[in-house]
Amino acid sequence: MITAKIFEKLGVKAIWVVAILLALAIAVPMSNLLLPVGHPLRVPNYLVPLMGQYLTYATLALALDLVWGYCGILSLGHGAFFALGGYAMGMYLMRQIGTRGVYSNAVLPDFMVFLGWRELPWYWQGFDMFWFAAIMMAFVPGLLAFIFGWFAFRSRVTGVYLSIITQALTYALMLAFFRNDMGFGGNNGLTDFRDILGAPIPAATTRASLFAASAILLALCFILCSLIVRSKLGKVMVAVRDAESRTRFIGYRVENVKLFAFTVSAVMAGLAGALYVPQVGIINPGEFAPANSIEVVIWTAVGGRGTLVGPIIGAIVVNAAKSYFTGTFADLWLFILGGMFVFVTLFMPKGIVGIFTSTWSALQQRRASASAEKGVDTEPPTPPAQKPQPRQSNDAPDGAKPSPAE
Amino acid sequence: MGSLNRFGRPFLALIFIALAALAAPSAKAQSVAEIVPQMYDASLGDLRDAVAALVATGEDAALPILQALGAGNLYEADNGGIFIQTGRNQYEDALTGAEADLDVTGDLSTIRINNSLRRDIAAAVGSLTLMSENPATRRAAAAQMFSTADPANIELLDQALAEEDNPGVRTVMEQARAAAMLRADISEEDFAAAVAVIAARGDRQALGILNANLANASEAERVNIEAGISRINQSLQLWGIGQNVWYGVSLGSVLLLAAIGLAITFGVMGVINMAHGEMVMIGAYVTFFVQEIIRTTNPGLFDYSLAIAIPMAFAVTGLIGIAIERGIIRWLYGRPLETLLATWGLSLIIQQGVRTIFGATNREVGNPSWMSGAFELGGLAITWNRMWIVVFALVVFALLLLVLNKTPLGLQMRAVTQNRRMASAMGIRTPWVDAMTFGLGSGVAGLAGVALSQIDNVSPNLGQSYIIDSFMVVVFGGVGNLWGTLVGALTLGVANKFLEPYAGAVLAKILILVLIILFIQRRPRGLFALKGRAVEA
Repeated sequence: MITAKIFEKLGVKAIWVVAILLALAIAVPMSNLLLPVGHPLRVPNYLVPLMGQYLTYATLALALDLVWGYCGILSLGHGAFFALGGYAMGMYLMRQIGTRGVYSNAVLPDFMVFLGWRELPWYWQGFDMFWFAAIMMAFVPGLLAFIFGWFAFRSRVTGVYLSIITQALTYALMLAFFRNDMGFGGNNGLTDFRDILGAPIPAATTRASLFAASAILLALCFILCSLIVRSKLGKVMVAVRDAESRTRFIGYRVENVKLFAFTVSAVMAGLAGALYVPQVGIINPGEFAPANSIEVVIWTAVGGRGTLVGPIIGAIVVNAAKSYFTGTFADLWLFILGGMFVFVTLFMPKGIVGIFTSTWSALQQRRASASAEKGVDTEPPTPPAQKPQPRQSNDAPDGAKPSPAE
Repeated sequence: MGSLNRFGRPFLALIFIALAALAAPSAKAQSVAEIVPQMYDASLGDLRDAVAALVATGEDAALPILQALGAGNLYEADNGGIFIQTGRNQYEDALTGAEADLDVTGDLSTIRINNSLRRDIAAAVGSLTLMSENPATRRAAAAQMFSTADPANIELLDQALAEEDNPGVRTVMEQARAAAMLRADISEEDFAAAVAVIAARGDRQALGILNANLANASEAERVNIEAGISRINQSLQLWGIGQNVWYGVSLGSVLLLAAIGLAITFGVMGVINMAHGEMVMIGAYVTFFVQEIIRTTNPGLFDYSLAIAIPMAFAVTGLIGIAIERGIIRWLYGRPLETLLATWGLSLIIQQGVRTIFGATNREVGNPSWMSGAFELGGLAITWNRMWIVVFALVVFALLLLVLNKTPLGLQMRAVTQNRRMASAMGIRTPWVDAMTFGLGSGVAGLAGVALSQIDNVSPNLGQSYIIDSFMVVVFGGVGNLWGTLVGALTLGVANKFLEPYAGAVLAKILILVLIILFIQRRPRGLFALKGRAVEA
């Protein structure tokens, strides 16, 4: 019953996306593990963690799209939530090294021994247990987003100002994590991980499982976002994006809507970061760099913001291009990335998905008019609304009702 | 009066010389060139005569010889030559200054002196310098005596003080005398007076002298000295605050230069120009380019390189700014977030372009002679390049204020800032104003680049390191009012430098960022916010 209801709520397109992601989660590990080396269909070893990374990037882009594409909050600091989740995972992985470190200290990570620390700082307690670390991966980014958003949205910091202070947030965190006495490894960050949940990280099976986990996380986030976007709350979010003052005057608590979206988005970003870290094998303060966060924006923009598939496509396309170009024409990549920013904002504001849907609807229109000329009696399909207007839905007649943000 | 004293000094010197001459009746008025050869293989008594004779010449050339003799650096050679040691195994002829060739001269040996002669020499050197015609020489001599604090100098200083009419030199001499007095056996009142004089000097050197005397002072003297030390500490603290303010103002002026162009474009067009830092970077590279051309074609012009670079940088970055506005930004009106992204992309392209053309390494941009070095103002140490940048920033600020308030363009810009649609309805060509504003803002960024090239590494990343700080200044100061930017920049600069000693540079920066984030909650539109309904649009 419940699954049927969710299916109904998700819509056909979303179910397709989830199905593809789940198929990937099964097919890629199987092809990597079961097929013999050299088989044309086998996914090579190096590609598995790389594709896993792309999927975590896609989750991050999806998280950003929820606030930017649907709620109009351009966060230039989403990399911070990603990195915080990553650090939570990194702390767990550091504790798992145990006595296998250079200094063979059962409790303290190597860098702490090196810095002459005697005991574990309080904020490292508990990270030897996975369940605790897993909670922290979601809780820490969520809490930061909640506090930050609570202050920012309540005092109506909007638009460019908000973007700039989110950038300042991640910049400040970067500076902080670069400090050795923060207790997060300073410049070098956390690395030299050995195993996760008892399984050695470099093993092919672990990598394949991490890939599958990334695909499943992305699918879950996608379902969550779809449910949010298609709910009444999602419609209010779009209303906030398109006419904030008007939505407020109608009686919605705009700041609560924004805060909800921002916090959920940060949690998603944090979980993505947590899965990213074991697949690249390192987390360092460079992940907080403002440039990283802006790059996430361009993934979303290239794919198509305000759609849920767009950011996933964008993150994968842009990062695949990045891997290719930085490998072969390293000097060209920044030109291409920069050009992408300019080109996408000027010529394809709706991204790849936007182009696809507009050509699709144009094609259907032509077909419809052609059939109309022939005299076939079909109803011309209405072009899908690309930018839902902030109109009141019929099932919520009293606009003064507080929004269900809490 | 003053002219009398001018005559008095040589007169006094003459008396001293006459006294010295009495002690050595055999020496007539001889020249240095005649006296020095007599020092070869001389007895102590002959050396004493030679010293007196050297003083009697009154020649400048006598001074280094006397100093070398006093320090044990004067050597005699087997062939009768007299040499001054200038370094390890390096000697030069005391008269000609020619490098000694050890094959010709034979072995060198130190001219030995005893303690009483050493005192004579010190007095002679003191008299030659303390009585010099040149105030700078006198001041240096007095400062030297202050640090040696030798009671033997007291008499000499008294004589010099009687003649001194330059107040600055006089103060140093008094301090030197006081420092020497502390070492001598003197009455309690004199001691208290001397401590007071030294405490009034108020720097670390004075603190050192007082601390050195603290160990073997009597109970009453100890109280005096401790009072003096606390006075010095107080004044040091005040100067320390002053120095921090100066560093803060200096940092603030850099921030002001970097942010003011941003504030103009943001204020008028509501557009955040992420490529602003790259305009700064281009300005710095223009400076580099101009200096390279000057170096290869006309090195004599090097001191004027900045004067050439300033208009060049303004023109180049201004034109690039107009091109960006016409080419990209005008298509994105009313979509500030997209503009932010497009200009960020542009900044990546410009950075990579500069990296491809000029290379990723730092480029050498020289300081003109009038910008290098430092000077002291009371207890403040101020470098000339920082000083000029503060001046430059204020001049640029004043000029912009003038442009905004007194020119037709400024009037139109202010009108567009306050209410774009109304301005347009009144016949102002807002697109043209936008283009000019963007050009002006970018041009000012280019000027900032010229200034920054003097204190920072000129590399493709130059702009990036300033862009976030500039944003903070704009966000803090508010838009549409240049004074907001000035106050914002100086406040952030000074606050940063005041936090640094307590928290360290990185933590100070983090604290500032956090404070700004909190500040934005209180005043979402900055210190000097525009008011009215046009703001919300």
